[in-house]
This record gives sequence, C-alpha cells and structure tokens, in this order.
Amino acid sequence: MMTTRPIQALGAGWRWAVQTARLCCGIPDYDAYVKHLREHHPEREIPDYAAFFRERQEARYKGGGGRCC
Amino acid sequence: MQAAIPRPSPASKILWVAIAIIGAFCLGVVALRRGESINAIWLVAASIAIFVIGYRFYGKFVEHSVLRLDPSRAPPSVLRNDGLDYVPTDKWVVFGHHFAAIAGAGPLVGPVLAAQMGYLPGTLWILFGVVFAGAVQDFMILGLSLRRDARSLGHMLREELGPLPGLVAMIGVLVLMMIVLAVLALVVVKALTHSPWGTFTVAATIPIALLMGVYLRWIRPGRILEVSIIGLFLLLGSIWLGRSVAESATLAPLFDFDAKALAWWLIAYGFCASVLPVWLLLAPRDYLSTFLKIGTIGLLALAIFLSAPMLQMPAVTRFIDGTGPVFAGNLFPFLFITIACGAVSGWHSIIASGTTPKLLANEGQARMVGYGGMLMEAFVAIMALVAAASLHPGVYFAMNAPGAIIGTTVQEAATTISQWGFVVTPGELAETARNIGENSILSRAGGAPTLAVGMAQLLHNIIPGESMMAFWYHYAILFEALFILTTVDAGTRVGRFMIQEIAGLIHKPLQETNSWTGNLLATAICVFIWGYFLYQGAVDPLGGINTLWPLFGIANQMLAAIALMLATVVVVKLKRERFVWVPGIPAAWLIICTLAAGWQKLVGPISFTAAANKYSAALQQGQLLAPAKNAAEMQQIVTNNYVDMALTGLFMLLIVTMVLFCLRALVKAWKTNHPTAHEEPYVALSSVTG
Repeated sequence: MMTTRPIQALGAGWRWAVQTARLCCGIPDYDAYVKHLREHHPEREIPDYAAFFRERQEARYKGGGGRCC
Repeated sequence: MQAAIPRPSPASKILWVAIAIIGAFCLGVVALRRGESINAIWLVAASIAIFVIGYRFYGKFVEHSVLRLDPSRAPPSVLRNDGLDYVPTDKWVVFGHHFAAIAGAGPLVGPVLAAQMGYLPGTLWILFGVVFAGAVQDFMILGLSLRRDARSLGHMLREELGPLPGLVAMIGVLVLMMIVLAVLALVVVKALTHSPWGTFTVAATIPIALLMGVYLRWIRPGRILEVSIIGLFLLLGSIWLGRSVAESATLAPLFDFDAKALAWWLIAYGFCASVLPVWLLLAPRDYLSTFLKIGTIGLLALAIFLSAPMLQMPAVTRFIDGTGPVFAGNLFPFLFITIACGAVSGWHSIIASGTTPKLLANEGQARMVGYGGMLMEAFVAIMALVAAASLHPGVYFAMNAPGAIIGTTVQEAATTISQWGFVVTPGELAETARNIGENSILSRAGGAPTLAVGMAQLLHNIIPGESMMAFWYHYAILFEALFILTTVDAGTRVGRFMIQEIAGLIHKPLQETNSWTGNLLATAICVFIWGYFLYQGAVDPLGGINTLWPLFGIANQMLAAIALMLATVVVVKLKRERFVWVPGIPAAWLIICTLAAGWQKLVGPISFTAAANKYSAALQQGQLLAPAKNAAEMQQIVTNNYVDMALTGLFMLLIVTMVLFCLRALVKAWKTNHPTAHEEPYVALSSVTG
C-alpha cells in the first residue's frame, strides 16, 4: 500500500500536467469526451484520438479572439 | 442570497497581520530609499505581499459582495456539458489554461518602456492597478459570463446595453486587433533589424513548424508533447547554428535586413501563414510558443530569485516631466497607457468571456482563475520591470531611445545619454553589443531586446560561461518573436473571419469561410490594414514604437474601460448600487486616462498633428527632415500622422459614445426598483449532478 501511493500521486500529477498542457493548446481531455459520449450519446461513434485531435485543432482557430497581446 | 464570509481563526489573523507588515516594510524600502540602489528582491517581496493580500481580501470582497458567486449554483460547464467546449474541469487545469491565454508579449513590453520614468511609478501602477482595476475587470467579466451561459463580451454588451453599443464595441475590438498585430510585428522588426543571428533563428522556426505539423498530422497524430520536445531541440540547435551564420561572410548578408525589408517579409509571411491549413504551420508553432512562454516566464522568475540583482535605474528619473526619449508624454496619462497588459488589459475581457467560463466546474473557483490569473500576469510585468531596471541605465536608454535623439554611433549615443545624467562610455555600449553577439544595441526599442539583454545578464549571473550571454540573448529574442508571430497569424485569421462577416452583409457569398475568393480577399484586406501600420512604424522618424505604442495603449485601455462600464451597469441593474464604485472607479479612471492621452495626441507639442505640421511645413519650404530622403517620403510621414490622428479621434469617439450609452442605461436601471439584468435562472448544482 505505502509503496504504491507516491507512484499513484506521480501518475495523477503527470495526468494533470498533460491535461493542462493540452488544454493550453486548445485540445480538451479526450477521456472526458469519450466518457461523455458513452453516457449521453451511446448511439454515436466514438472517434479515435487522432480524429478527435484533428477536429479540435481546426476548431481552435475558427475565430473568437483566442489569445492576448 | 449573500454567502457569509467565514470568521478567520486567531492563527490566520496573526498570519495576515504578519504578511501585511512584511509587505508594508518592503514597499517602504522600495518607495522611500533615495540615492542608493536597492535589491530587486525588495520589490518582488513587496509585490507578492500585495498580491496575496489583494487576493485574500479585495478579491474575496468582490466575490461575496459584488458578484455574490454561489458554489451551489450549476455553471455553464455542467448545464451545457458537451465534452468538448463545455466541460467541468479541474480548477488548476483551468487556471493554467487561462493564464496561458492571457499572458502575452504585452506585459513584457509595456513595463520595459515605462522604466524610462524609473522603476517606482511603473511598480506602483502595476501593483495597485491590478488589484483595483485589472484583476477586478477579468474576474467580474468572468463572473458575469458564468451567469449568462458563458456568453462573449460582445453578446453581453448587446444584451445589457442594446444592439448599437454592442456594434460600437465590436468595431473597437477589430481596430484594436489591427493595431495590436502591427505593433507586435514592429517589436519583431526592431529586434531583427541588421541582426543576421536573430533573423536566421526566427526564419528557422518556419521549417521547424512545418516539420512538426507533418509529424503531428501523419507520423504520430496528436502527440503534442513528443513533437514539442523535438521542436525545442531543433530551436536550440538553430540558435547555436545562428552564431555560425552571423560569423560567416557569405551567409550573414542573406539574413541581414533593414527595417523596411523586414516589414515586407512579415507582411508576406502573415498573408501566407493565415491562408495555409492550420495544422501545417499555425498550430504546431502555437504549441511550441505556448510551452516556451510558460517555460521562459519560469526561467525569468528563477533567474531573478537566484541572482537577486541590484536595481541600477533610479526609483524616479527626470523623465516623469514628459521629456523622455522612449515615449513622449507626462506621467499622467502616459504611464497608465504605456503599461497596459500588466496592470489592466481590455483583451482579457475577451478571454474571460471566451473559453474559461465554459470550463469552470464551480462558481466558487472563479476568483482563483479570474482574479488570481491576472495577479500572475501582473507578476510577469513586475519581473519584466526588474529585468529592465537592473540593466545599466545608459545601456537601457541606448537601446530604447530613437536614433533621431541619440544618434547612430556609440560615441554620439554615449555623449547624449551621459548628458542626461546616466554616465556611460562608448566602450560600455560596444562591449554590451559584443557580449550578446550583435553589431549594435542602439535604438532597438520595443521591449523585446531590452528584456533579452536583461534576461541574458541575469541568467549569465547564475550560469556563467564565456559565450552563454549571446546564447541567452538570442534565446529570449527567439522566444518573443516565435510567440508574436503566432499571434500575428492567429490574429490575421480572426480578423479575416470578422471582415468576412461584415462583407457578408453586403454580398452574401463573401461570408463563406471555405470559399477561396472570400478567404483571400478578406485576408488581403486584413493584412493590408495591419501591414500599413507596421510599415508606417518601420519608416517612422522616431522609430515607430514611440508613435504606435501609445495608440495600442489607448485602444487596449479603451476596451478595458468598456468592459468595466459593462460591469458597472450590471451591478446597478442587479440593484447592488452601493457597490457601483468597485467597477465604476477603475472605469472612470481609464476613461479619463484614455481621453486625456488621446487629446494630447491630437492637440499640443507631442501630438500627431504637430508632427504632421512640422513635416508638411518643411516640405513646403523644400527642406528634407530625417529620416525622409526625398519629398515622397516626407509626404508619406505627413499622411501617416494624419491617419494616426484619425484613428485617435475614432478611439475617443468610441469611448464617448460608450460612456453615453452606459450613462443612459445606468440612469434607467437606477430608477427601476427591481433587478433588470439578464441572468440565467438559478439551477442547483446538486439537482444536475445528482
């Protein structure tokens, strides 16, 4: 038990860092999206990460102001 | 319903009293010691204490009394969860995202320019400006948007004030964006003029980004971290290679350009980059610049804490009287215009009503993200000020004063600057240039080069090494240029969509964003507008920044004033009139500053009018004034000044119109005896999440 805890904490920290870094680039959390689709739209096909990434990459630069000076 | 503020425990009372005493003591050292230089750590410590106190007390007051945020209320991320745009997200992740979106080149440039008045005026404005104006603006707009389905600033203005004020504000945003793009591109031009090393490394970012784009699209789709690490190593390699290019007799001339040529290159680049598919160039460079920005801000903080430099710039210089060489104008109003983003920035209101409110999982986290994020930004501005003020003042003025004032040789520059009371020898100026691997440091206004030299010296203090300073200098230049170029092509794209939308009102097919005709036409118009101002800056008699930065500052603070006016109107519409001063006083202050600055730029000795008259009078007598070399160039300078006059006039008109609209809405809301704001109805968080 005691030995796994620091590793788990590291893993959680890493996931947090990856999620933040991706969101800074306009790519939301893929797992959260998949979970959302499963729960609310089971009829829809789940895109793989590459397709999800491409769609979000396009969406980020579709206007809206986006960044600061 | 007003949530009760919990009573503090005795231990926490003691802690806050201690922080207040430490902060007051540090600020006292910063403000009151005269005639001897102080260590930057005093300034940094005072800032942190003020930010912490501002966050804990004023931020909390705004949260509980003015916005009355309610953690039990379901936010838009929960109500409209779609897994993509609206997603309840961990508050630290939202904080990181929000900070990365608001932190830009602005807080790095403004404080460096403002350092000509000494470090004290800039420090005080950043510290108190952010606590009472900047952070309040970001936080309140975020709070309003959270209660309105995460609507945008423009949408909220239309809803709360009416369609016409909404349109007026949107025109302001479009013009502001064009000025932002021009002035930021000019910063790059100033940094790269006759610098083969810098130009080579910045040019190398294009093939590097293309490579990253292909890698992300075809080789390892979506692996951002991997490709960013590869990109970073390639960038560092290009800095290393840049030295050889600069030293090579055959290669160096290929990357040696004057300001005009660089301006044309940037215009051509901006056009191409914004019509290419985003995945190829824009997106990969965006990732690289985002990570590099966060990393560099961290590096700067580390360098300041570890090397603890002495501030060599006096606390207050003689240039508070308005005779400064970096920008013209008195402390009031021009200090408050020059330091825009670090203290209060209108742009943030667009981000605080953009993606951030769609991500917050709870209203109770809005203070940390909105108010706290802006405090972080102000801290970046303080660090930029420290980097500039820890330089030798002679070097600072040599880098930031235009050639028309200090001359074009180190001898002339050293003589002029020494006469101002900042004794410096030609040898010191030449040696600084040699240390950073450049031919000259003279008249490189725009903040980026000064910050780069400051950073290079700080980093050199902690990691010594013969040639490391030149490396750090070019690293800092590359970081700013990379980041600004990303803003330029993303901004051109956004501008293009806005122009297509307006064009669609006249001829419907032009609105089609997938049509090549509409696309190319709107991009060309957008690039033409900012390109005009960029080119104007490149041929400007006072070096461009001196002319264009005040225009940018006026526009940015104008938008902030509009955002704060919206907040003021909503507070009254919610019938919380006794707190109207919270957004009302900063709004009034920004209106006064922008109108006063605009007026001085229209009438009087430092106005665009005076500059236009001077050149047109000389032209009529057949004289040529530097830097114009013929009558056509003289005429160009006259025309440029007329355009700047018109633009200043337009900004002032926009502000006055918005003030009138807001006053009308305020009076109406005050007379009504029930709340009239357009908030979405209350939905309990527990009823949605179960």
